[in-house]
This record gives sequence, C-alpha cells and structure tokens, in this order.
Amino acid sequence: MDTSKGNGHGASSNGEIRVGVYVCHCGTNIAATVDVAEVVRFAEGLPNVAVAKDYQFMCSEPGQELIQQDITEHKLNRVVVAACSPLMHEPTFRRACAEAGLNPFLFQMANIREQCSWVTTDKPRATEKAKHIVRAAVSRVALHAELQVREVPVNERVLIIGGGIAGIEAALQIADAGKPVILVEREPSIGGRMATFDKTFPTLDCAACILTPKMVSAGQHRNIDIRSYAEVASVSGHVGQFQVSIRRNRRYVDDKKCNGCGLCYQECPAIVSPKSRKVSIEGQPYFVGSYAEGGEARKVTIRQGDRERRKPIKDTPTGDCIFCGKCATACSEVVGAHAIVLRRDESAEAGKQRSLEFNGNCIGCGACVRECPTGALTVTDAQDRQVLHHEMMLGPNKAIRVPTLQAVPNVPFIDEETCIHFRNGGCGHCAEVCPQEAISYDMEEAIEEVEVGSILVATGFDTIDLAPMVQYGWGRYDNVISGLEFEILCHASGSTGGKILKADGTPPKSVAILHCIGSRDEHYHEHCSRVCCMYSLKFAHLVREKVECDVYEFYIDIRAGGKGYEEFYKRLMREDVTFIRGKAAEVTNWPMSPEEEGKLVVKAEDTLLGQIRRVPVDMVILSPALQAREGAQTLAQTLGIGCGGEGFFLERHPKLAPVQTAADGVYVAGACQSPKDIPDSVAQGAAAAANILSLIDKGTFSIEPVVAVIDETLCGGCRTCINMCPYSALSADEERNVAVCESALCKGCGTCVATCPAGAIQQQGYTDAQIRAELEGALGRLAASSAE
Amino acid sequence: MGENGKPKFAMYWAAGCGGCEIGVLDIQEALLDVADFFEIVFWPVAIDAKYKDVEAFEDGYIDLCLFNGSIRSDENRHMAQLLRAKSKILVAFGSCAHEGCIPGLGNQYGTEALMDYAYSLSPSTENPQGLRPQAVYEMPEGDLEIPTLLDVLTPLDAVVNVDYYVPGCPPQPPQILAVMTAIMQGAELPPPGSVIGAGVKTVCDECPRERKEKKIREFKRPGTAQPNPNECLLDQGFICLGPATRSGCDALCVKANAPCRGCYGAPPNVEDQGARMMSAIASVIDSSDPEEIERIIASLDDPLGTFYRFSLAKSSLRRLAR
Amino acid sequence: MSASADFEPTIIGFLCRWCSYTGADLAGTSRVKYPPNMIPLKVMCSGRVDPSLVLKALADGADGVLILGCHPGDCHYHEGNHKTMRRVPMLKSVLQQYGIDPARVRLEWVSASEGDRFAEVVHDFTEEIRALGPQKRVESVA
Repeated sequence: MDTSKGNGHGASSNGEIRVGVYVCHCGTNIAATVDVAEVVRFAEGLPNVAVAKDYQFMCSEPGQELIQQDITEHKLNRVVVAACSPLMHEPTFRRACAEAGLNPFLFQMANIREQCSWVTTDKPRATEKAKHIVRAAVSRVALHAELQVREVPVNERVLIIGGGIAGIEAALQIADAGKPVILVEREPSIGGRMATFDKTFPTLDCAACILTPKMVSAGQHRNIDIRSYAEVASVSGHVGQFQVSIRRNRRYVDDKKCNGCGLCYQECPAIVSPKSRKVSIEGQPYFVGSYAEGGEARKVTIRQGDRERRKPIKDTPTGDCIFCGKCATACSEVVGAHAIVLRRDESAEAGKQRSLEFNGNCIGCGACVRECPTGALTVTDAQDRQVLHHEMMLGPNKAIRVPTLQAVPNVPFIDEETCIHFRNGGCGHCAEVCPQEAISYDMEEAIEEVEVGSILVATGFDTIDLAPMVQYGWGRYDNVISGLEFEILCHASGSTGGKILKADGTPPKSVAILHCIGSRDEHYHEHCSRVCCMYSLKFAHLVREKVECDVYEFYIDIRAGGKGYEEFYKRLMREDVTFIRGKAAEVTNWPMSPEEEGKLVVKAEDTLLGQIRRVPVDMVILSPALQAREGAQTLAQTLGIGCGGEGFFLERHPKLAPVQTAADGVYVAGACQSPKDIPDSVAQGAAAAANILSLIDKGTFSIEPVVAVIDETLCGGCRTCINMCPYSALSADEERNVAVCESALCKGCGTCVATCPAGAIQQQGYTDAQIRAELEGALGRLAASSAE
Repeated sequence: MGENGKPKFAMYWAAGCGGCEIGVLDIQEALLDVADFFEIVFWPVAIDAKYKDVEAFEDGYIDLCLFNGSIRSDENRHMAQLLRAKSKILVAFGSCAHEGCIPGLGNQYGTEALMDYAYSLSPSTENPQGLRPQAVYEMPEGDLEIPTLLDVLTPLDAVVNVDYYVPGCPPQPPQILAVMTAIMQGAELPPPGSVIGAGVKTVCDECPRERKEKKIREFKRPGTAQPNPNECLLDQGFICLGPATRSGCDALCVKANAPCRGCYGAPPNVEDQGARMMSAIASVIDSSDPEEIERIIASLDDPLGTFYRFSLAKSSLRRLAR
Repeated sequence: MSASADFEPTIIGFLCRWCSYTGADLAGTSRVKYPPNMIPLKVMCSGRVDPSLVLKALADGADGVLILGCHPGDCHYHEGNHKTMRRVPMLKSVLQQYGIDPARVRLEWVSASEGDRFAEVVHDFTEEIRALGPQKRVESVA
C-alpha cells in the first residue's frame, strides 16, 4: 500500500513513543461486562505500548498515582486511560499527567463504560469492542502533540447593550464593584419597557417608583457611561479584547452641555399630536394638522380609515377678524411654519375681499392666537377629539422632548418629523431659549470606538405585530388596543392622566382581555410568552379599580407559576372578574342581537361550558406574544452568538449556563433570551454581572487549544473556508493571498478543516492524521507512522 | 555509467494517451541537451529497442527512467517490474503513472463492462459476430499472444516502488525542463517518494482571478454558461478543481477561461483529492434545506467523474470493490 | 451480495461532542442496550467530518459509517451540522455512481437528551448494514 507520498502524518515528538495504557474496572461497572485482563493483554501487544495495567478505580488517588509513577519509571510520553466517558474524567487525568510533568494533551481517554460496558450484554463482544476502542486511542495518542492552553488578558470595561431593567441591574452591580461600564441604549432614555408600565404584578407596586431610583443611580454612577439614542454598529475582537463601534444617532442636543432644565420643550410650539387641537376663527372650527404627510402620521391616517381629510378654510371669516395679517406674520416669521396665508382678491366684484387660508403646515401651535389683537383666533381641543391610544406618550408631547419626565439621561432629543425647523427651516425657538446653547440643528451622526473585555446583551423583547392578525380587529376598531397601549393609557403620566377612556373620551362599561394573542399558537409562536397571564390579571385589576365596569378574561390556561402569582389570581377571582376559559377567535363590530349594537363582540369557545359564546364589550385589550427584537439576528451575527428557533438569543446551556453564550465573553440577560418577567430579568442581569465580574477578577481567559491552525505554506488562498466560520475567526490576507485564523475567536469546531480543499487547515487535537490514525486503530490497521 | 561515461536514460509508455511523450518533446531545443547529456538506452517512441534488450540489462543499469501511463494490462505490469529492477531512479511521469488519470475512470465499470462497450455496445461499433480479442491465438507458425487486461487499473506505485512523481496531464514543459535541468546539474534531489516538478500550494495560488465569496445555488458548466474571465470560477458556480489541486501548471486552464480539472493531483496534505473537493464544494452550497440541497446536487452531472477525473485510481474508492 | 446471519458488521460512528456523544453517554448511564458493532469516534462537531474520512473508514474495513450531529438549529457551533447536511448527500451521489450502496453512510441527528434514540439509531443502522452484507474490498493489485 502506498504510504510513501509524504502525506504528512503530523510529527509527534522526537524519539521513541512510549504509551502507558490503564484499564479501569470501575468496580464492576466495567469489569462485569468487559474482560479487563484480556484488554490489558491486548494493549500490551499494541505498537508503542510500553506498559499496560488495570486498576479498580483509575480516577481514585492511588489510580492517578499509578499513572504518575509510571510516567517517571517507564519514561512514558503518552497515556491512555480506558475508563468512563471523557466528558466525566478527562480533566482529572489530564491534571494527573500535568502534575507528573507530562503535557496534558499527550493523553487520550478511551470510553469503555458509557459507550461499551453499560450498553452491551454479551461479555466477549463487549470485550472485543473495548479492544477496538483502546486500539483506536493508542493509535491516535502516538500522534498527539504538546499543546498549550492560551491565556488572554481581560479588559475590565464592560459593554452592556440595552438599558432596560436587566441591563440597568447588571450595570449597577458591575459598577458598584468598581468596574467601568458602557451602557448603550437605543432609545433616548434608559428604563426600557418597565418605564412605560403603570403598576407591576403581583404586588401592584408603582413601576416608576421602583425603577426611577435605579435609573437615577445608573445615571449618576461614576463608573457608568450611558450612551443613549445610540446603537452598536460593529464588534470585532474576542473575549477580553473586543473593539466596539457605537453609532450615536442625531439627537440635536449636546448631552455634555444640556442641564435638563426643560425650557426647550416648554417653549416648543410643535405638538406631537395635533389631532387633539384645532385652530378656529370666531368659533368656526377649522381642523388643522397634516396627516397626509409621510411617516407615522400617514400610518395614523390609514389606521383611522382616513375618515376626514383636513381641509384648509376657503370661506371668508367675518366678525372680529380685521385681516391685519399678524397671525400670518407670526406663523411665518416666529414659527417659520408658513401655515397661514392672507389672501386679497382684488378682482372680485364685491370689492376687495380678503381671506385667511390655513395650509397643511399648521400643527396647531397657537402662535397666531397669541399675536391676534382681536381674539378672533382661538385654539381649543378638537370637537372630535379621540383618545388615540397608540399615539399616547408619557412625557411632553412636543417635537423636542424627553421620553418621560424621569428620563435618564435627562437630555431631550428632537423628533425630526414633528419639528417645525426640520419641516421647513423655521422656528428655532428651542435653540433661542436654551440657556446652555446645547441645541444644534446640524449635529451629525457620530461613531465612537470603544474597547471592552466583555459584552452583555440585554435588548429585551418586541410584541408581535397585531396589524396582520385581522381577526382581532386591532387597527380597524379604535377600542381594540394592545397591552402596551393599555399600560400607557393607565399610566398617571399618560395623555389621559391615567383615566381609562374609550376613543370617544368616555369610560368603557365593559372590557374584554384576550390572552395568548400570537402565543401558544402554531400559526404565530408556539412558545408561551410567560408574562401575559399575569399582566392580563393586572389589567383586570386596574380596570376594575378605575372604572365601574365588567371585565372578561378570555384565557386558555392561567399560568401563575411565580412567587405570589397564584395568590394574585385567586384575588382577581374574588374581584368579580369573569373568567372565560377559551381562546378568543375573533373580535367584530357586527351585531347579531340588540345588546350587541354599537359594541365590539368577542367570540370564543367556552371550553368549560362547551359552547360558542359572543360577549359584547366596549373595549378589548389584546395580550400580544412577546417575540425576539427585530434585528436580533443581525446583532447575533455581529456578536457571534446564536438565535434559537423562535429568534431569541441562544444561551450556552438552557439549564447550566443560562446567561452565557456560545461566544466567550458575551452574555445575555432578560427577555432577549426568552420571555421573562421583571424579577427573572433582574435575576438574570445580576447573574450575568456575577459571571462578568468573575471573568474580570480572574484577569485572563483560558483558550482551549482545540483550535484551527493554518499552514500558510500550503494555503492557496481559495477562500472557501472564510464563510465556514460562524465566529469570523477566519479572514483573507489579501497581500499574502492566504487565509489567517484569529485563534482567540476560534471555538474549535473543525468545520473549516473539513472544508479546506488544500488540506492547509488543521485542528489541534483533531488533526487529519490523528483522526485517520484513530480510524485505523478502530478498524484494526495501525497507522504506519505510529508503528515506526 | 556506460563506456561513454554518460548516464543512461529510459522512457516508457504504458497505459496512457502519449501526451506525456509529447510533453517531453515540448521542451524543444533543450531536448538536444538531454540527448547529449544522457545515453538513451530505451525509449520506444524515439529509438528502436526491444523488451529483450531491457531484460538483458543488469539490475540498476538505467540511471533515470521516466515511466508514463498507468498499469492496465499484464504487459504494463511486467514492464513496470522490469524497469523497476533495471533503474536506479524510477519516476512516475505524468498523471496516469502518478494516479491513474482518465483511464482510471474505467474502474467504476469493471473490465468486462469496458470490453462489452468497446467491442459491442458503443454506437460506432459494428460487430455482429461478437468478436473479442483473444489472449492467445494459435497459428501454424506458433502461438500469438497479446496482453490481457487486469481487473483494475492502478497507478505505477501500486505495483512497484516509485522514487519520484512528476504530476500533470501532461506534465508542463517548463516543469519537465526544470526537473531535467536539476538532474543534469547534479542538484540534490528531495527524499524518495516526493513529488517533483510541481509546487506545494494549490492552483489558486497561481490563479489571477479575483476571489470573493463562494455560495453555490446551481452548478454551471462551461458551454452552457459563459464564465466571467476575471472572477473566480467557483464563485460563479463553475466547478473548478483548482482549490484541491497541486500548483505547478501556472493555472494554465483557468487562464484560458476553463475550470481546472485537477490533473496535477492532490496537494501535499491531501490524501483523497476528489473527497476533499467534494467536501469543499458541498460546504458552500447555499441552502440548509435538505430537499433544496438534493436539488442543487442533482444539477451536477457526473459527480464522480468531476471530482475524481484524474485521481480515482489513487483514491480511497479504488480500495472498495463494487 | 447476500446477507448472512452470522455476519457482524463493523461500523464507524462519528459523534459530535456536544449532542450525539453526550446522547451516547446518556444511553450508557440509562443502561440502554444496543449492538456493539459501532466503534465511536468523538469529533467536536459533525462539521469536522469530511467525506475523505468516511471513505477512508470504508476502505479500511468499515461496512458502514454513521455520522451523528446535533439537530439542525441546535448546533453548538450554530451551523456546523448544516455543512455536513450538504456534504453527505454529495458523498452519497458519488458512492451511488461508483456502485456502492449509499445506505452504507447515514447521517442522523441525535441530541444530548436522546439516549434512547441514539440506541435506536445504532440498532437500526447495524441491522441495515447486516442486511447489506460485508463491504467488499480490492485487497491487492500487484
């Protein structure tokens, strides 16, 4: 047979190879099914074997000492232990070898317990299999090379992506330990979802009361740098030494100058929700505001069914208006909106007629009213004022604003869509009134480069898009609202001041809460979103507390597994909430009986009664499924971590490593890993902080040497391997036309090794030569090079 | 050395197309130096010599023997063994002797099937009597013998020890010249068993095309699609064996806008060229849906012949009986 | 090729360290019995298995080769098993063309928690190879 053609069986070490083989009885665990003495005799006859022995328990102290003595006495330079699974005791024997001065990677374990004695009944055949397994190990170990565990230093600085409760908790824990944290938050303020909640289940604590102090501590902590209104653009490097680019969005307010006085949003004339205001001249209403223009406003128009397109006035006002034009001047020169045009019709027969015309630029700011000398102009709430749940905000409803008055950092941002200056170059009020001169309209997007040693991902969740789920009527019926919309409706800082109102501004007399919208549903998400049962119960309680009305809960099961959760459920049952066991099938406004007239009808199969029920209500609250954030996959790729089937970030182990990920130095916490409530998110944030602090405290990270190594003298630069690596460890060196491997990023899967058509990549510990030798041993052909 | 003090040179053509012989002629006027430096003692293409002359040589009489062609018949095997005994340095010259080459593809059918095809089934054959060549034919003057085919075709090193391998179908003239020049100048040769007259990297190393990303959704063939001459052929979906083929040809085919077919054989660390290329190509199929993967693989005609065009007789597969 | 009742196939199993090898260990700790015909080889990922190793196993004496990896989507290295998912059918198409029954190579997904399934797969494959009979080889050509 041809073995002559220099096909590079990797050289082991110089000189003679002397293998010691140790066969373990493991009490009777192995010895009862495998003839241990026979295996020892067999091993003695194998090439390179200097000594073969058996022992009752190889993993015991005396067992290990036996190996260590032989390493010295028999000058062993390779060791094979045939015993249990390497997943069990490989570290034990590697350590024993190392203590005796033998490189721990010159060791090989032969698994003759889990994968031989325990799974076979026939003793001769089990013995035969054990011999094959031992021969494979002996054949392979001859080609083992000395390997070194690599240590990389760990930068103390920590990057936390996501400033929700999980991220804040982790940031505080790490910062309190004296380590610097960079907390990146996409929104203008940290606080996350929790900051939009009114009360928390099951204790009904005010969310802001328990969250705000943590936000403030994070904001004031000298070890925490908050980058709000910012996103992670790219990540390179590896555990201990990541290089991160942070993209800072255009806020138009310099966070270093701003002192959070709030003058800017007090003075801002542009109101976010113009639909609730109107400018009228002498009692004649003229609806203003421009819904026809792009973006969010456009969506709103569509949602509202485009009921009334706002039209500028055409008729000539009479009465007090003297057509002085001050309003138009103010609108043009002060606000810069050019929304009022004073027209003179010189040719008209009735003599000179003048008229005021409002165009789509009007956002109902009221500057004209302030200038009007006669009081002909007024700003009032629109007569058809709607409670637009989806449009509600917790902070000031101005173009320059903070998300909530408790925002951290307390630095406003300008919403370009609403701002008069960005609409037509006018206004500029905020910049004029700002005492700090912090406002700059020509601020550019900035990229900041930082270096960190570890990364925590705590980006939270999205709720499922309700618009495509037409059967529930969200987007078609004004009084069908989502759970998050209800939270704001209920919030004391919300637009209704916490009053629960229907779209027409009146309180509902009956409310239905629909569980599992998109959860536990094979058409949407199979998973249970875990928190919906409890917050739905909370909603029922809040509705009952604030409005006198009937509340119906449509549920599949009530999942109340948590401290105090079942008790809360019991309490709600006592609060006269009607529980209907059945998933709601649809919500319509088609009455089939007089009592359904003008109502929303929830249709469901009541599985306890065994019949279809139609329940007419005034308002429907949907409890939508929690799902992975949009863009989670992209972020996962940036970080070299995985996403599970439902799109949530994949932890390293679902039970034993819940906050670690497949990428060393990258951790996950909170609802980005799977749906979680506040206590669990906080617990994970703290757990991740402990993991990170342990990494920082050790100061270095050990990298297993089972990594890919590229022989550049053989690499032809074909680039087939580059895409194979899920960790971006491989890259092409353009100049030298070879692939290079960053071993700190390599996790040692060996996929590139099996792909490399040139045989130029080898995996340490699993080289082609080693696996071939193992195969030959397993099949009874011993590698020629090991027999030399 | 002979009486004239010149080293003795032999060249033999076993089962092959003769392209290797042409390859040697293609070193052009340098051939005169070779002829001058050596005494040619056996080279059926160039000089008149009989097998019995070779049989009469002492063992080790020939200093350098270039053996091209694979071992297809008992005659090939006999000459391989004879020339091995008579030669100090035996070189497996060209792809056939090195790894079986195109004739090796016959191993996927078996000798009987090959004979059936050649003498009965091929479209251009008219043989109503079903005549077949006979190994021995009795004539009044005596028996006539012709060689018989072996069960499988093998490269040279399956029947005798080989000192060096010169790969290529055929070996490229500049490489042949370099090898001959090194020998004539008395340069130190690498250890026996080495490949000479080739590089250690892959064809990609010599390929001037721009390489970006390999993602295959469909296999293309030259003739059915026109490759862009500046971009990596694999990037474009054409199967090019360059990544799994030893360098040395100066990327001859790819520079002519044709994919590399792999004639220079496996690079140094690769045991099975076809399997390696198969692994690389399959890995970059741009799908993770089993059915779609099957579909994409089905768009590849003749996978065995594509991956093992030159190396089937040296692959792991050659050790398997069908 | 006739199957013989006393033919004991030799099978090589490439087991990925994270799912299948752990699943095989679980079969052991659960004392599930299965035929001892398969010699297991541990690799870090099924993505490490390239066709040349499989062919070598067959050439060196295996009658069948089993490649076991994590279920798609569960790969410890994200998508290593996807590469194997692509290589194995390619290898099978070549085996088929050469005249070797592609059933001699099988790719299966076995998770760390599927000890029973591991045993079942090994049992099933052993019986299939037993039915196919020994893989014949060309022993000598000289």
